[in-house]
Amino acid sequence: MFFLDKAWLIPLIPALSFVVILLFGKRMPRHGSEVGVVAVGASFALSCGAAVRWIMRVQDAKGGSALGALGRSIGHLGAQGGGEAAVLPVLHHVTWFQNGGVRLTAGIQIDGLAVVMMFVVTLISLLVHVYSLEYMRGDVRFTYFYAALSLFTASMLLLVVADNTLQLLVGWELVGVCSFMLIGHWWEEKPNSDAALKAFLTTRTGDIGLLTGVIMTFFIVQRATGVGSFNIIELNSAASSSKVGHTLILWCAAALMLAIVGKSGQFPLHTWLPDAMAGPTPVSALIHAATMVVAGVYLGARVYPVFFHGFSIGDGGINPMAAIGGITVLVGAALAFVQDDIKKVLAYSTISQLGYMVMALGVGAWTAAVFHLFTHAFFKADLFLGAGSVSHSGSHHSFDMKTDMGGLKKYMPQTYKTFVIGTLALAGIFPLAGFWSKDEILANAGHNDYKLFLVVGLIGAFMTAAYMTRCVYLTFHGEYRGAHGPHAIPHVDEAEHDPIDTMASVEHDAEVHAPHESNRLITTPLWVLSFFAVFAGFLNFPHFSKFEKWFDPHFPPAFAEIPTIAHPAAFNVFLAIGSVGLALSGIAIAWAYYEGLLPQGLSSRNALLGAGRRFLVNKLYLDYLYENVIVAGIKGPIAAGVYWVNQNIIDNVLNYAGKGTQAVGRFTYNIIDQKGVDGLVNGIGTITGDSGAEVRRLQTGRLQFYALMLVAAVVIFAGSLWIFT
Amino acid sequence: MLLNEFLILAAFLFCTGVYGVLARKHAVLVLMSIELMLAGVNLNLVAFGAFHGDVIGQIFALFVLTIAAAEVGIGLAIVLLIYRNLHSADLDDVDTMKG
Repeated sequence: MFFLDKAWLIPLIPALSFVVILLFGKRMPRHGSEVGVVAVGASFALSCGAAVRWIMRVQDAKGGSALGALGRSIGHLGAQGGGEAAVLPVLHHVTWFQNGGVRLTAGIQIDGLAVVMMFVVTLISLLVHVYSLEYMRGDVRFTYFYAALSLFTASMLLLVVADNTLQLLVGWELVGVCSFMLIGHWWEEKPNSDAALKAFLTTRTGDIGLLTGVIMTFFIVQRATGVGSFNIIELNSAASSSKVGHTLILWCAAALMLAIVGKSGQFPLHTWLPDAMAGPTPVSALIHAATMVVAGVYLGARVYPVFFHGFSIGDGGINPMAAIGGITVLVGAALAFVQDDIKKVLAYSTISQLGYMVMALGVGAWTAAVFHLFTHAFFKADLFLGAGSVSHSGSHHSFDMKTDMGGLKKYMPQTYKTFVIGTLALAGIFPLAGFWSKDEILANAGHNDYKLFLVVGLIGAFMTAAYMTRCVYLTFHGEYRGAHGPHAIPHVDEAEHDPIDTMASVEHDAEVHAPHESNRLITTPLWVLSFFAVFAGFLNFPHFSKFEKWFDPHFPPAFAEIPTIAHPAAFNVFLAIGSVGLALSGIAIAWAYYEGLLPQGLSSRNALLGAGRRFLVNKLYLDYLYENVIVAGIKGPIAAGVYWVNQNIIDNVLNYAGKGTQAVGRFTYNIIDQKGVDGLVNGIGTITGDSGAEVRRLQTGRLQFYALMLVAAVVIFAGSLWIFT
Repeated sequence: MLLNEFLILAAFLFCTGVYGVLARKHAVLVLMSIELMLAGVNLNLVAFGAFHGDVIGQIFALFVLTIAAAEVGIGLAIVLLIYRNLHSADLDDVDTMKG
C-alpha cells in the first residue's frame, strides 16, 4: 500500500524541486532543468505505482486476482456486476488549523479519479519538461521557466489529491497564478503580458463562484450532519441525502458552475484561452490543453452529486451544465475555422472539447466525461507540441499557418505523422482514442434521453474533423510559404550535439533557417503522446470496460444506485458508424475545399456568409462586449465620480492633514528636537570631554608613578579593612 | 616558636622591596627590588607553614621561586629591549604611554 498511502509525496516532490530550482538553479550545470525533470520523473513513477496499486485494490475488492478478473470479463462478455462491493478510497489527513471549534484539514483522497488525474498530469508534465529542454534552450529566463513548471505541477497535483474543497481551492488558485506567470513568460512584449492579465482576470471572475461555492459546501455538510466540514466525501453524501434543501444545493451548483465556466474556458468566459497562447508552446500543451483547463471538469466530476441534484440532471430536461457545454462545443468548433494561427485553432478546439466534457457531465455521463478528459489530454498535448515543433524548426518561430507554413510534410516527417495521429484521434476516427471517449459521451447522451445534445455532439464531431483537416492541410500540405523557401541549404542534424551545452547560442546559424525536422528531445515526447492517442481508448473497449471498472467514481451508495449512474449506456454500433461517417465526411469536404474541388470564395460573394464569417473572425464580438461595453461602461461614469470625490473631498482632507502635520513638525523641530534632544546629547558629550581632560593628567606614562598609586591603593584598602574590622 | 620575629623580618624585606620599586630609577634595580618583595612573601609562607606544622607553606614557597625565576627572565628581556630602543635603562625615559 506504499504507493497509495504515500501519495502525498507526489505533489510534494515537485514543490521541493520548485524551491531548489529557484534557489540554486542558476548555478547548476543545466540551469535547474535537471532538477525539474528528475522530480517530475519521480512523481510520474510514484503515480504509475499508485495506479497499479489502485487497480489491484479494485480487483481484490471485486473478487479474485487481476488476471482472474481479466479472464472472467472476457469469458462473460458484457456481464456488468451491479452488486459488487464498493472500493473505498485511501484517505489520510492532518489538521491544518483549528479555530472556534471548526477543524480544517489538509489531506489526500486517492480514488479512481485521483489516480487517473495524477497519471495524466505527471506523464504530460514529464514530457513537457523534456520537450522544453530543446524548445526553451537559450531562453533568457530558462531557470525561472523550469521553476514555474515545477510549481505548476505541484499545485495541480495538490488540487487533484485534495480531500476537501478548501484545499482544492488552494490548488486551484495556485495553478491560476502559475498560468499567469507562464503565459506572461515573455513579458517584454506588451501583448503577452496583456494576455496573461486577461487570462488571470477572466478566470478570477469564475473563481468568485468557486469561493462562494466552497463556502456553501461547508454549510451543506452542516445541514446534513450538524457539523460543518469541507470534506468532499461528506459533501457528496450530504448532497445525495434528503436532509439538505434543494435550493441550497442549486445555488452551490450554480456557483461552482461559474468556476467551471471560468477555468475550463466555457462559453461565455472562454475568451481568455485563445489569448493564453501567447505563452511558450510547452506551457500551452501542459496548462492550456491537458491539465489546468480540465480542473473545472475535474471539479465537476469530484463533487458530481452536487451538480446532479442541484441541476436535476437525471430528469432529462435541459440543465445549465449541459446547455453551456453544448453551446461551447459548437462555438469553439465554429471559431476554430477562421483562425490563421495554428495554436489558436488548437485553443478553440480545446474549448470545444472541454465543452464535450462539461456536456457529458451535464447529461449524466460521469465516466464518459472523465474518460474523454483522459484521452483528450494525450492527443491535444500531442497536437500542441507538434505545433510547437513546427514553429521551432519549420516556420521561424511563427504560428501563422497562412504566411509561414505549408508543405512542411516533407521537411518534418515525424512531426507530420504524429500531428496526423493526433488529428485523427481528435476527430474521433475508429479506432483511435478520441473515437471511444467521444462515442461514449454521445451514447450516454442518447441513453439518458438528451437527444438534443446527442445532435449537438454529432455536429461538433463533424466540425472538429473539418477544422482539423483545414489545419493539417494549411500546415503540412501545399507549397511552403515561409520566408526562406524550400530551396534553402539543408540543415545539419541538430540532434548530434548536446542541446543544453549550446545554451548561449540563441542566434542560430543561417543554415538552420531552412525548415527541418526537430531533434529527438522534441520528437520523442510527440511519439509517446501519439502512442497514447492511439491506444488510450482501448481502456474502455466495449464489454471490456476496464476504465469504467477500475476508475469507478467513489460516490455515496445512495448516489451510486441512481440508474443513470449505475447503468451507463452500452456501446451503440449504429451511433459509432454514424459519428465516424460524419467525421470522415467532414475531413473529405474540408480536403476537397482546399484541393480546389469545391467553389471558393463563397464568403466574399454571398453577403450572408460574409457576415457570418465576420462574426466569427471577430470572435462573436465577445471581447468587444467585455472590453468596450462592460469595462468601458464601468470605467466611464464610475471613474468620473471617483475623480470628483478624489479632487474635492480626498484632496481637501489630505491638504488639511498635511498642513496640520507641518505645524506639528515645526514645533517638534524647534522645541523638542533642537533644545531637548540635542541639548541632552551635547551636554553628555561636554561632560565626558571635560572629565576626560581632568583624568588625563593622571596618565603620566611614568611606570613608577603607576606603581606608587597601586601601593597607595593597597594601603588605603588594607587600612580601611583594618579600621572597619 | 618565634613567629613574630620572622614576620617582622619579612615585612622589613617587603617594605625595602616596595621602596626600591618606587624609588630606584634603573630598571635592573627595580627588578631586584621585586625579588626582595618576593623573598619577604616566601619567608611569610615558610614561617606560617612551620608554625602550623604543615608542608603546604614550603610547597607554595617553591612555586613562588619558580614563578619568580620565569618573571625575572621575561623582565630582563623587556629591559634589554628597552635599552636597545632607548639606549638607556632609566625608567623615567620610558613614558610613551603618557596621556
